[in-house]
Amino acid sequence: MEKRSPGFYLLAAFFALFLLFLYGPTITIGILSFQGPQGGLTFPMNGVSTYWFRDLFQEQAVGDIWGAFGRSFVLGLMVMVTTVVVSVLAGLAFRKRFFGSGLLFYAAITSLVIPSILISLGVGLIFNQLGLKVHWATSGFGSQLTWTLPFGLLIMFAVFNRFDKSYEEAARDQGATSWQTIRYVVLPIIAPSLIGVALFGFTLSYDEFARTLLTSGSYNTLPLEVFGMTTNVTTPVIYALGTLTTVFSFLIIAVFLLTVWILNRRRARLGSDAGKGV
Amino acid sequence: MTRTLVGWLQAAPLALILLCFLAAPIVMIVIVSFWGATEYSIYPAFQFDNYEFLFGSEVVWRVFGATFRYAAITWALTLVIGFAVAYFLAFHVRSTTWQIALFLLCTIPFWTSNIIRMISWIPFLGRNGIANKTLIDWGLIDAPLEWLLYSDFSVILAFVHLYTLFMVVPIFNTMMRIDKSLIEAAYDGGASGLQTLWHVIIPLTKPGIMIGTIFVVTLVMGDFITVRFMSGSQRANVGRLISNDIGLLQYPSAAATAVVLLCTVLIMIAILLRFVNIRKEL
Repeated sequence: MEKRSPGFYLLAAFFALFLLFLYGPTITIGILSFQGPQGGLTFPMNGVSTYWFRDLFQEQAVGDIWGAFGRSFVLGLMVMVTTVVVSVLAGLAFRKRFFGSGLLFYAAITSLVIPSILISLGVGLIFNQLGLKVHWATSGFGSQLTWTLPFGLLIMFAVFNRFDKSYEEAARDQGATSWQTIRYVVLPIIAPSLIGVALFGFTLSYDEFARTLLTSGSYNTLPLEVFGMTTNVTTPVIYALGTLTTVFSFLIIAVFLLTVWILNRRRARLGSDAGKGV
Repeated sequence: MTRTLVGWLQAAPLALILLCFLAAPIVMIVIVSFWGATEYSIYPAFQFDNYEFLFGSEVVWRVFGATFRYAAITWALTLVIGFAVAYFLAFHVRSTTWQIALFLLCTIPFWTSNIIRMISWIPFLGRNGIANKTLIDWGLIDAPLEWLLYSDFSVILAFVHLYTLFMVVPIFNTMMRIDKSLIEAAYDGGASGLQTLWHVIIPLTKPGIMIGTIFVVTLVMGDFITVRFMSGSQRANVGRLISNDIGLLQYPSAAATAVVLLCTVLIMIAILLRFVNIRKEL
């Protein structure tokens, strides 16, 4: 192996600092959430306890965080499923040129770059003028999709750019219908990437703030609830909530990544042995 | 004929959602930007009062200036940091497993809550926070620095913290597609490390830089929550103008500001998109 250059060590140190910068604050509030009952928002630690976590589980202590968590979770699942289905369909559509494909593509890009508060404002105004009630499961759901779908679509572009069309041709040559080709050839091949789309769909929805601000109605989602707490809660209970939410996010990410890893291993094991002389 | 129809059917759900929750809201905002407002209600009209007020107000001009400044500084910082990180991952980490692992470490925070990541800075930057304590312990300063939290500094720090990933990912993606033999050829031709970086790697990485730029610039331009939270409501950007108007139920005025902001962002993106074909680069 070639010897490492001095540049390597410099960049490695920079990279380590970057990781510290990324994770340091999160770790800090992780530690601070175990403050003793008399502890404040900064160091030093005033004893170590799980007081603030227990505080979270007592109903009236701070707003309706468990209800908010439940809503965010359900909304995340709704957005996730919709994002996966709609992105795959659109990804398939975009493999061929169709009338209006350019326009639709630029609409998706606009959806990605438009300031979130505009979606919030616009959807809120429409619901208002139509006399409809804004609700997280209707207006909030639609607003969040404008954020998750472009990501899903871009991932599908990346997937189909790398997709080997000869698999489909082989299936067609064997007499598969176009539905059979998609169901038994295309979908299994792109399955791990769909897990990626699902991960984006769920987490982006679960953490979304600006697009739900004016569209969630009288029942808050978790990020809105957390933001509300920042203005009137001055105890480490907010760190405890932050730590729990982050741990939950990490768990979700771990589940998704593990699924991808298992799918890939299964594929490696069950894959074709063609040309290996078995 | 049927193939076109299938294509349309497949694209229809996306088109329908974007029509209802993207196109219609934009149209609605444009319409309402011409309406009038009393203290507690809005009424249909066709007047340019909102725009006249907007362009006539010196405060608004200054706030737009501040927004551009945030975007420019954040862009420069995220570009330098993101490029260095992506460069390290793409060219210095040799095993693929490590590459994937370190790349994931960089991206995982993207899937966690932005608001909580902002809150996490308080114990570090506060008056009695870790940064001030450490600096005092080291004897570098005598009194706590007041500008660490609730200042332009903390706003930009949070932007860099939240959005550098949007530079790292696309730049890393394009770097991984660079044919390594081109770099060897540069070295064989006698180019120094810096020359290779400047004349070979950076030009080939431009599409990734452009995509990262689009993300960072639009996220910072459209932000309101980071500025509000990290500046303790002491600084303003365009997003905060809009959200303040919304808070006061002045929807027409908020809509007019939103229209101007949207036009600004779209013009910037249109210019950037001339330099890169997003669909090809993924």
